[in-house]
Amino acid sequence: MLQVQRSPEVHDVVVIGSGAGGGTTIKVLTDLGINVTLIEAGPMLNPAKDFKEHVWPWEVDHRGVGPNAENYFGKNIYPFGYFQAPNGYWDVPGEPFTVAEGSEFKWFRSRILGGRTNHYGRISLRFADYDFKPYDFDGLGYNWPLTYDEMAPYYDKAEEFIGVTGTREGFRSAPDGKFLPPVPPRVHEQLIMKAGKRLNIPVIPSRMAMLTKSIHGRAACHYCGQCGRGCRTASAFTSSQAMIFPAMKTGKLNIINNAMARELLVGDDGTVRAVSYVDKATRAEKQVRCRAVVVAASACESARLLLNSKSTKFPGGLANGSGMVGRNLTDTVGYALGGTIPAMEGMPRHNCDGIGGMHVYVPWWELEKKNKDFPRGYHIEIGGGFGMPQIGSFRGVAARAEGYGNPLKDSIRQYYGSTVSFAGRGEMIPNEHSYCEIDPNVVDQFGIPVLRFHFRWSDHEIDMVKHMDKTFRSLIETMGGRVTAPDLPEQSAKAVSVGGEIIHEAGTVRMGADPKTSVLNKWSQAHEVKNLIVADAAPFNGNPDKNVTLTIVANAWRAAEHLADEMKKGNV
Amino acid sequence: MVLTGAGSGVLSPALAQHVHMAMADAKSLSGGVDYPPKCLTKHYFLTLRKLGDLIIPGSPDAGAAEYIDFLASHNEDLATIFNGGLGWIDVYMLKKYNSDFLSAKPEQQIALLDSLAYRKNATPETAAGQHFWVWLRNMVVDAYYTSPVGVQDIGFMGNKVLGSFSVPQEAVDYVMKRSSLGNEG
Repeated sequence: MLQVQRSPEVHDVVVIGSGAGGGTTIKVLTDLGINVTLIEAGPMLNPAKDFKEHVWPWEVDHRGVGPNAENYFGKNIYPFGYFQAPNGYWDVPGEPFTVAEGSEFKWFRSRILGGRTNHYGRISLRFADYDFKPYDFDGLGYNWPLTYDEMAPYYDKAEEFIGVTGTREGFRSAPDGKFLPPVPPRVHEQLIMKAGKRLNIPVIPSRMAMLTKSIHGRAACHYCGQCGRGCRTASAFTSSQAMIFPAMKTGKLNIINNAMARELLVGDDGTVRAVSYVDKATRAEKQVRCRAVVVAASACESARLLLNSKSTKFPGGLANGSGMVGRNLTDTVGYALGGTIPAMEGMPRHNCDGIGGMHVYVPWWELEKKNKDFPRGYHIEIGGGFGMPQIGSFRGVAARAEGYGNPLKDSIRQYYGSTVSFAGRGEMIPNEHSYCEIDPNVVDQFGIPVLRFHFRWSDHEIDMVKHMDKTFRSLIETMGGRVTAPDLPEQSAKAVSVGGEIIHEAGTVRMGADPKTSVLNKWSQAHEVKNLIVADAAPFNGNPDKNVTLTIVANAWRAAEHLADEMKKGNV
Repeated sequence: MVLTGAGSGVLSPALAQHVHMAMADAKSLSGGVDYPPKCLTKHYFLTLRKLGDLIIPGSPDAGAAEYIDFLASHNEDLATIFNGGLGWIDVYMLKKYNSDFLSAKPEQQIALLDSLAYRKNATPETAAGQHFWVWLRNMVVDAYYTSPVGVQDIGFMGNKVLGSFSVPQEAVDYVMKRSSLGNEG
């Protein structure tokens, strides 16, 4: 007979999930001398073994296409390529989710220590003052129960700890921070800066979590551009290497890995008493008792855990008296366009690896403009340069050039490094049609009910994509280039990314001043359950055009300090 | 329809002789290394190797045919595509020149490539071959540029450990001189 194994001792704090939010919470709490137990759904990370940094394609027999040639047949068993850091999947075996009829949604999930921070783009942008008060700004969305000024000290701490490149520019839409030195722009980036100048589009040094100087015992960047593969020297930020490994050395952190959280169990007083989880290797049912719990399993996974934690006191899911758990699901609005630039053809070869990703970017520049076709804005990410040849790198040029033999080789040589790409990353306004809920009919391989997604872009986002398309075309044309994609389809709705695809889910356990319409207070602490904290992007009241990770770190830092304070005072 | 192994039973004496000679040729191409194909027949492997060398000269040094054969041995769909495509080419050559691809004259081999390598030359007769051509060209290109010789050829200079990052002025000047934006501040 199945028996539940219960921990005899009561742990101080149990943290569920080890990505940016969980890692930050672990760092802050263990630094304050609090004992933490981490429940992580995936295995431990071993950077020396798991990261494929500096590996050439020919060092692998399949050269990265997959041992069974999967990528040639559109089966992306490695979501971002074989050489990328172990990070997660669009489809996790044995852990399905469902999508309601009429909706499209992709859900990226990570199952490893450090979660998505092992591979993420490391773009680190502060939300602006108006991002915390969007309703006051234009009457759409929800105000946060805190201001930029309240968050700013935590942005400082986050940047000073993780290390973020940048320069002080004075844009209201992109607040300045505590920056490490920027990296010089590559050739194509210098050309884009000139095109931007002509079009009055600002192109400024990027704000990225890579160390251009050594800090906190982490080595300075060695400019191989392979941050996405995972960095063995931890020069690119990951919660695993920068936060969790050091916390392990304090003796204050206990890690339970390969453990899938099933339910949060409440006592008669309505506080969380224990976390129930399944040991994935043995399928043993276990419970760990705790004084407080921090849920940081990723926005949708955290909502799922609360919704699955039903009790007589919380029949609609834990801390869900407002009914807002799962609602307000947002992702970033994504749209990209590329072009070939004749001026760059045949460019003298040089090493332009740099830091992984762009050295310059475009912050939102039309904040003050009146009569726009859409609310809010987007930033532009820039790509280009001499990338390491990979499977598929020259498929496009070979198809355009046609032919064979030395002429084909000459074409490939000529065009190598002469393309640029622009990716818009815009704000989605929360809407009533976009949410996740428990699918009453489906459970995963552990018997845990799964999420069903509903997702719909509104005209706000579709109109923004049209603006992106126009902007990217004018940048490419100003550079004397040719756009390599067909005109934006009549139906812009088809050109926008699929919900979830940009992997910036947020908003599903929103914070607010009013317990009737929000789940968490300004400290990311549940209104109804004082020893429950949510510390990923679920508490966000919006999803501005600034990637979520820096704000996850800052907000989790703030929440963890407050929790420690409450524990010290005896309130939790 | 896919033609697998087409030709092997048709002109066996001529093919046998040809394969024998081609094997000797392949040995010299690969510096004497005799790669035993895992999926393709020896004849097809050598045909693939020759096609690869015509598509991207030097691709035998990048192990292009070995790469394709290795993956085809792990993927039935890919095996079908290459067995079928190479079979189609041999039968096409037999019908047209009474010779399989490997033993055809160089100008006949080139004529075949010309008929497959350009969209403007498409005819109903070569449609299946052109479909295969895209697979063949893409995978030979992939194999070559993901090899040490290919990376050297294209001039990729990265994947190094550097103490600092800088951009050579020569590259900036080259682009700015060629761009109408070059004179803007």
